Amino acid sequence: MANYYNDNPNLQFYLDHPLMKRIVELKERNFADKDTYEDAPVDYEDAMENYRRVLDITGDITANIIEPNSESVDLEGPHLENGRMIYASKTVENLDACTKGGLWGVSMPRRYGGLNLPITVFSMLSEMVASADAGFQNIWSLQSCIDTLYEFGNEEQRMKYIPRVCAGETMSMDLTEPDAGSDLQSVMLKATYSEKDGCYLLNGVKRFITNGDSNIHLVLARSEEGTKDGRGLSMFIYDKRQGGVNVRHIEHKLGIHGSPTCELTYKNAKAELCGETRLGLIKYVMALMNSARLGIAAQSVGLGQEAYNEALKYASERQQFHKRIIEFPAVYDMLSRMKAKIDAGRSLLYMTARYVDIYKCLEDIQRERPLTPEERAECKKYSRLADAFTPLAKGMNSEYANQNAYDAISIHGGSGFIMEYKCQRLYRDARIFSIYEGTTQLQVVAAIRYITNGTYLTIMKEMLENEVSEDLKPLQNTVRTLVELYEQSINYVKGANNQEVQDFLARRLYDMTGDIMMSLLILDDATHAPHLFTQSANVYVHAAEEDVIGKSIYVKNFIEEDLVNFRAKAKEVAE
Amino acid sequence: MTKALKIVVLAKQVPDTRNVGKDAMTPEGTVNRAALPAIFNPEDLNALEQALRLKEQHPGSTVGVLTMGPPRAGEIIRQGLFRGADTGWLLTDRLFAGADTLATSYALATAIKKIGDVDIVIGGRQAIDGDTAQVGPQVAQKLGLNQVTYAEEILKIENNIATIRRHIDGGVETVEVPLPCVITVNGSAAPCRPCNAKLVMKYKYASCPLERQPEDPRADLYASRDYLNLNQWSVADVDGDPNQCGLSGSPTKVKTVQNIVFQAKESKTLTASDADVEGLIKELLEEKIIG
Repeated sequence: MANYYNDNPNLQFYLDHPLMKRIVELKERNFADKDTYEDAPVDYEDAMENYRRVLDITGDITANIIEPNSESVDLEGPHLENGRMIYASKTVENLDACTKGGLWGVSMPRRYGGLNLPITVFSMLSEMVASADAGFQNIWSLQSCIDTLYEFGNEEQRMKYIPRVCAGETMSMDLTEPDAGSDLQSVMLKATYSEKDGCYLLNGVKRFITNGDSNIHLVLARSEEGTKDGRGLSMFIYDKRQGGVNVRHIEHKLGIHGSPTCELTYKNAKAELCGETRLGLIKYVMALMNSARLGIAAQSVGLGQEAYNEALKYASERQQFHKRIIEFPAVYDMLSRMKAKIDAGRSLLYMTARYVDIYKCLEDIQRERPLTPEERAECKKYSRLADAFTPLAKGMNSEYANQNAYDAISIHGGSGFIMEYKCQRLYRDARIFSIYEGTTQLQVVAAIRYITNGTYLTIMKEMLENEVSEDLKPLQNTVRTLVELYEQSINYVKGANNQEVQDFLARRLYDMTGDIMMSLLILDDATHAPHLFTQSANVYVHAAEEDVIGKSIYVKNFIEEDLVNFRAKAKEVAE
Repeated sequence: MTKALKIVVLAKQVPDTRNVGKDAMTPEGTVNRAALPAIFNPEDLNALEQALRLKEQHPGSTVGVLTMGPPRAGEIIRQGLFRGADTGWLLTDRLFAGADTLATSYALATAIKKIGDVDIVIGGRQAIDGDTAQVGPQVAQKLGLNQVTYAEEILKIENNIATIRRHIDGGVETVEVPLPCVITVNGSAAPCRPCNAKLVMKYKYASCPLERQPEDPRADLYASRDYLNLNQWSVADVDGDPNQCGLSGSPTKVKTVQNIVFQAKESKTLTASDADVEGLIKELLEEKIIG
């Protein structure tokens, strides 16, 4: 039987990374749960076996229930009935399968009913759900909102909400408003404390809320009257059982049809404050966004893989000029690049996930006891790495998913433009990946300080010291040259000493960062598992070379005066 | 009125004859079990799903999986536990080996008596290796219970009466049956639910003593986690009569086995004329290929 986990040795490879040992150790607190919970592991091997089993179950559910339902979900979509969102009928089936499979609250501690899985494993589950149906992955992976409630809510709130999520109740994060998209500081939804009700009341409108009719909402709202910026915003928990929030409209979208995008009206909706006031945006939503961005990176890899699988299958069967089209260089060039992007992007995704795991576990331990100085240093190190890697993983993978979906249609030729083929849906679904949870342009903004302050450069130089296998040495030398060009480009941009020039060239520097970082990661993978990654390492590093050299020349030749040509229209509008 | 039910699911480990490769048969024309993966008989999974639904609807109910086979058939019990069954019994003994449907139903019926106070015995209509559909009805006969075959859905159980929808030729019929009873489930019933993550983590090392290796790395767990020890019953354990078990209890004798290879390359050429098309439709109807 088809299984998205067992059929994908590349995915399996990332589970066995050496850092997993530390992650398991931290996550399981030296296996303290083993005498209390029947499903708790007793040692490292046992924990890994548990992870493999859950991956196997999810591989089965995704391949045999969710994927077969995906076309019907895309065609039917959700609908609105008396202010309530009704899922597509097959979405309900998918949700039920996930409940029977016990795939909710997977990252939560066992004492609340969770599976206590690391984020790395959660991301792998997420990738597979996205391969099967990217729109359903939204609904499913929004369960990770519970991480934020767990981190910042009080014990009473944890006891109240986490078991419900573990039992299959869904979540949403209500952030965007008609006039607050990328700029969340402008959020207007009003939160007023009511002495009479003993809770906050929410009033206003939210827009573009994914899974907006969920059971448990995390809501960003303005609690501090008279404020205009992010510091007046707090985070609230709205429980659908309370009532007061209705769905006014469900958006008709280009893709991810199964994922309901709702416009919500709040009328005196009772809500609980989560954490402290004023920290809503600057602390909690940032945490929420970082985990959501990792989710989109996983979604992107999952869809990219599916697009590749579809393209490979078609190219291996379709004959033209008495040959299978995969035999033509123009086609196998596309296919091998698609594969290389997935492999390199996946490596970046799971490296990021491991970094997140380590620092989040340490932060969690800190809630129980003070960290040792070594642990504090470790936490800081990985937190910084996670912050630096997350915008790369989200931005690069979401762009790759789009490129792969585009190429999958190219390989299908005219058939790819016909609605009967799956690749058209993948193409439509992928388009939002590089937009929501922060556009690629905003990922660049998040990454640029790590570019200019040399964080990435230091990591690259460290990684260049890694031993690679003999036959990969030439590739490593190529990357070494690219790192030099990259350093020159950064220095050039910094030397220009002009903020607008830096902002303008930031995307080029970002792309170069991604290209080089993933080249280094895939060289490492190819050294450890040559049978899985040698081809992709070659293809990827050469493509990176093509891109980095071109961009380094662009940066080097760019002068401040060039901006005139680009901003002519902007100037007109401004005037 | 809801009543807690004691349900026994009959399940068989079978070679996966649905994905037959070129090595599936031996030159002698018997099934090459080594070349085919061993799976949970598909219609027994449909039966398990019905049992698990009853358990959900009738709080306090228990579901146990009863299987007969070599030690590795313990996997069937684990698969049941992974999906929500509470317990299981593996009938394993050299004396059970070589059983035809009569000896199998004797063994199962004897075990069910041993389990005692069972409200519902439920299994698949038939197994994909033998396709006889005899075991379920024979178990009912030996236990003196009412039986419902070709069941598609157990609609309700009230006042000790089960209402069941059956799949019959050309439609469905709804019947009532007093408990205790035996039900065999058709493949058109709801598919079985997936394995549950927590249950898999809990029961993954569950095994019968005979399945275990001498140097089992998880041996210490069997002592501290009793639920990892699956019931393993011999003929003696169920107070069975050895003469009615296994080969000695099986009147069926295989006389010869014919290896049938489809070689017919017969073809007909039809024109687009109405007469030819009508002739073809008639022929297909008569041959029961369509209609």
